[in-house]
Amino acid sequence: MNIGLDEITETVRMVQMENLDIRTVTIGIDLKDCADADFSAMQTRVYDKIVSYAKNLKPYAEQVEKEYGVPIINKRIAVTPISELLGNATREQAIELAKTLDKAAADIGVDFIGGYSALVHKGVTKGDQVLLDSLAEALTVTDRVCASISVATTRTGINMDVVKQMGTIIKEASENTRDQDGIACAKLVVFSNPVEDNPFMAGAFHGTGEGDAVLNVGVSGPGVVLNALKKHPEADLGEVSQVIKKTVFKITRAGELVGRAVADQLDVPFGILDLSLAPTNALNDSVAEILEEIGVERVGTHGTIAALALMNDAVKKGGAMASSYVGGLSGAFIPVSEDNGMIQGVNDGSLTLPKLEAMTCVCSVGLDMIALSGEASAETLSGIIADEAAIGMINKKTTAVRVIPVPDKEEGTMVEFGGLLGRAPVMGVNPFSSEGFVKRGGRIPAPLQSLIN
Amino acid sequence: MENRRAVVSVLGKDQVGIIAKVTTVLSEKEINVLDINQTIVEDFFTMMMIVDVTQIEDLDSVRQTLNEIGEELGVKINLQLEEVFQAMHRI
Repeated sequence: MNIGLDEITETVRMVQMENLDIRTVTIGIDLKDCADADFSAMQTRVYDKIVSYAKNLKPYAEQVEKEYGVPIINKRIAVTPISELLGNATREQAIELAKTLDKAAADIGVDFIGGYSALVHKGVTKGDQVLLDSLAEALTVTDRVCASISVATTRTGINMDVVKQMGTIIKEASENTRDQDGIACAKLVVFSNPVEDNPFMAGAFHGTGEGDAVLNVGVSGPGVVLNALKKHPEADLGEVSQVIKKTVFKITRAGELVGRAVADQLDVPFGILDLSLAPTNALNDSVAEILEEIGVERVGTHGTIAALALMNDAVKKGGAMASSYVGGLSGAFIPVSEDNGMIQGVNDGSLTLPKLEAMTCVCSVGLDMIALSGEASAETLSGIIADEAAIGMINKKTTAVRVIPVPDKEEGTMVEFGGLLGRAPVMGVNPFSSEGFVKRGGRIPAPLQSLIN
Repeated sequence: MENRRAVVSVLGKDQVGIIAKVTTVLSEKEINVLDINQTIVEDFFTMMMIVDVTQIEDLDSVRQTLNEIGEELGVKINLQLEEVFQAMHRI
């Protein structure tokens, strides 16, 4: 079939000028068969298995991106939640295993490896507890290891005992990396209703329903969507939805093609496409700017949630038509530090923590990459996590918390995390205590799923 | 091996000899041009070529040579496998 000249120019323009990219190709690797009573033997097997599957990830992905002319920004690895391997291991051994993961990632040349994780939304095993105990230090002594902890699901409720611990762990990780503005916390996500095939860090892990190895793809292109909308300043909101759907369809098709090509080269099955709009600090590659293009003067003002809901739904509809294998988180990411529009919203005072919480009700993920005042106590952090977990639990959706309390920094200060993690203005927290609530512990029961109002 | 086709796009300021230089590179690499389309869009010289790369193992070296020519001429030359365009614009 012939290709039209205008279609060629459109594609070339999307890539060259509007930052169309494949955000990440993430190989998920099962490590359960590496479990061994002899800990050092297990370390060797974990290292060997990761390297044997992923050693060619980077060169193959680079070859594919050149041939198809669509850049792939991140090449990453996700593994079985490590707590499942720990069993009777000690805290020190757990940290050693984290270092093994770090080394494997470094040797392969990928920037992040996810899966230093535990799913503890209902109960905590010995291995889970060892992982939790080691978490703050493991994130401090490694550069590339990412962790996620599931504390709640719609079917089990919220494990408040772990939520309580997470506040302390985040605080400790932040203190451990005090000289780098608490950067260890940027590698830790606390989840409600996590998905098992999410290619995006820091929340990626290779879930129990997955095969031995699989290649998942996260596509993105806020810049492309923004430019498409700019051509229709007079369109009504139904037409806006239509424009987003059509654009996301094209982005998704490109993503699936490239993802399948990389999976073929690696000789592993293709898994899912995560259709998300994920911002970067590049100019015009911002989710917030799309919302502003839809019509809110500055992200965070009245109408923002409605605009976000519209956009999120249109992204899913366009993507679902384009590919039969859609999974992951799929929607819009609203990290503050990685999105120039969000940063400006916070600086201008239009975007606040409560508004961000409300926005997480209608889009994927949750409170993401938010720098908090160093004065935020462990209990306050636990309170924030509990609120966000409750939103996810009640609304049967994924929510997450990735906040970074920055030691010694006060509200309004700008903090640079560097590279992919961007920069964020420090936000203040509610000065009243959550201690009484958090210290009760226990498990918040799973919600009734009928009588929905 | 089935047919492998690529799209070469050239964008930039119009000048003498763009087509000649690009096609010379392609012929030196023994790449056959299947279709060629050239127009001026908003003062920009825009050329699209569909080329046959079935026999070409090392696409990257072709790309690099084209990039060098592009820099010489001050135009942007892009080479992408055709599937991307088919995938994005056809259901």
